[in-house]
Amino acid sequence: MSAFPSLRTCGYAMLLFALVVAPWAGLYPVLGTKLLCYALFACAFHLLLGYTGLASLGHAAFLGVGGYVAGYGVKMWQLSPELALLAGLGSGALLGVVMGFISIRRSGIYFTMITLALAQMVYFLCVQLPQTGGEDGLQGIDRGRLFGLLDLHDDLTMYYTVLVISVAAFLFIARVVYSPFGQALQAIKDNEPRAVSLGYHPNHYKLIVFTLSAALTGLAGALKAISLGFVTLSDVHWMTSGHALLMTLVGGLGTLSGPVVGALALVTLENKMGALGAGLASLTGFAWFSTLGESVMMIMGIVFVLCVLTFRRGIMGELLSLSRHRPRKTA
Amino acid sequence: MSAPVLETRGLRKSFKGFTAVDGVDLAVQSGHIHALIGPNGAGKTTLFNLLTRFIEPSAGEIHFNGEPVSNLPAKAVARRGMVRSFQISAVFGGLSVLDNVRLALQRKLGVSFHFWRSARVLDRLNEEALTLLDQVGLATLADEAAGALPYGRKRALELATTLAMDPVLMLLDEPTQGMGYEDVERVTSLIKTVSAGRTVLMVEHNMKVVASIADTLTVLQRGRVIASGDYHQVSRNEEVTRAYLGGGRQGGAAA
Ligand SMILES: Nc1ncnc2c1ncn2[C@@H]1O[C@H](COP(=O)(O)OP(=O)(O)O)[C@@H](O)[C@H]1O
Ligand SMILES: [Mg+2]
Repeated sequence: MSAFPSLRTCGYAMLLFALVVAPWAGLYPVLGTKLLCYALFACAFHLLLGYTGLASLGHAAFLGVGGYVAGYGVKMWQLSPELALLAGLGSGALLGVVMGFISIRRSGIYFTMITLALAQMVYFLCVQLPQTGGEDGLQGIDRGRLFGLLDLHDDLTMYYTVLVISVAAFLFIARVVYSPFGQALQAIKDNEPRAVSLGYHPNHYKLIVFTLSAALTGLAGALKAISLGFVTLSDVHWMTSGHALLMTLVGGLGTLSGPVVGALALVTLENKMGALGAGLASLTGFAWFSTLGESVMMIMGIVFVLCVLTFRRGIMGELLSLSRHRPRKTA
Repeated sequence: MSAPVLETRGLRKSFKGFTAVDGVDLAVQSGHIHALIGPNGAGKTTLFNLLTRFIEPSAGEIHFNGEPVSNLPAKAVARRGMVRSFQISAVFGGLSVLDNVRLALQRKLGVSFHFWRSARVLDRLNEEALTLLDQVGLATLADEAAGALPYGRKRALELATTLAMDPVLMLLDEPTQGMGYEDVERVTSLIKTVSAGRTVLMVEHNMKVVASIADTLTVLQRGRVIASGDYHQVSRNEEVTRAYLGGGRQGGAAA
């Protein structure tokens, strides 16, 4: 063991440092908050995909329902933010147990299709139920005071609160992956029949990790609802699930930090698209570029194609393999 | 003679009209190394899948330790001590060699569902795991990634992992297949060593291995048992000689 911190520790320290100082270096705190919510969403999604190989297209349901429950609780029952977050987490977990129970018996494309179908049912329920506000969604959700002390109406306080919660959730995921449970999960992913022959029951493990992933997604949804102040149908729309998949693939599948990096990259890209388009339009003289801001879906499609064609391991995957191929100085 | 540890009656498995295992009555005596031989496609692996409850039989019964297990799920049979290996080497490639063995040991600690605890709680299994690895000559490779091991070593690791379950009955599907001469010798004597106090049912094509360690042989052909007994009884059996050993060619690998 080296006395120096490893490359990985340095990487995480740098990322955390960047996130802590970002608002002072010009990052608009509300955008920062949104970035963190999506990063948590992607990490939660990746807990399932990265460690079981199960690609869910149902995670929008957990994000949306977590947000709706938290928002509704604040608006109707004047829940404090901490209770609203807990409610979001709990509703994600509850919905996760039900959807997981139905879907984890299948794998591959069948699993993906079942999660998609179940999430669409949730979507239509959200369209119909009066509590969600239908097409309007829930607007003007009050941030309130955390534990009655911290006034979250201040954007910076909100940002740091979300940062603390996201980091805690990230550490929790890291713990799950490096726990006895995580070992069993890895074994089941590597060779399911062999795990059965050692007395393991794969479906129990898959259901637990599915539920954990759904709970954390519900938390991300609640955080997003409270910090941004609204929840809309687009949160439960299946394209939001696709977004999680895209963020994970762009960041790098199978690495803990991949989804964080992917989420930061894509959400930033999405937000800067309008400015980027305007810049390109004035630079090149093509007026068409100024419409880029409205064609987010097309740009995301292009990013996806580029990712699949050129850097299949994702940003973190490519970086890690680069650092591995470099000759080591010490043994 | 003691009671058989494993007994089947009229075990049958059909795949869409094709009968792969056809009315097999098998009795494996406790403490024996019992070899299951037969040409490719005879139904040996299918029989293993039936015994370990990986697939449903079309008909027939299975008794393990005197109790019917025909209705138990696969993991329950494994927990009762009937542990199998696979014809295609089955290690957990993403885990280290040590972690592979610890995985077989960790269930008994009762922490396998503990997602909130560090994997360091498994460190107390290291000594036991290393002892097992030492038995198969892998102790020095404990920290290697299992997926990166050469083929023969993977099979040895699989054996160590199977042993970690402390099985009453080990079912080994072609444990020496694809191995070089030296590895075959090593694994053969290893099986002999670890069979002390256990029962082994193994599929084996290498007749030298069978002759040197098997107490009993069962010959399977087209899903049926055509002969059973010790090596000399079976090798004198005319049907076996005709069907399998190919008229006096006894030394080589008949596959
Ligand atoms: N899942 C299955 N579906 C259809 N046929 C199968 C299946 N599994 C095995 N078989 C057939 O059963 C026969 C016996 O196969 P197997 O038990 O693997 O033979 P062995 O292990 O003795 O070489 C083969 O003809 C094989 O094609
Ligand atoms: Mg076979």
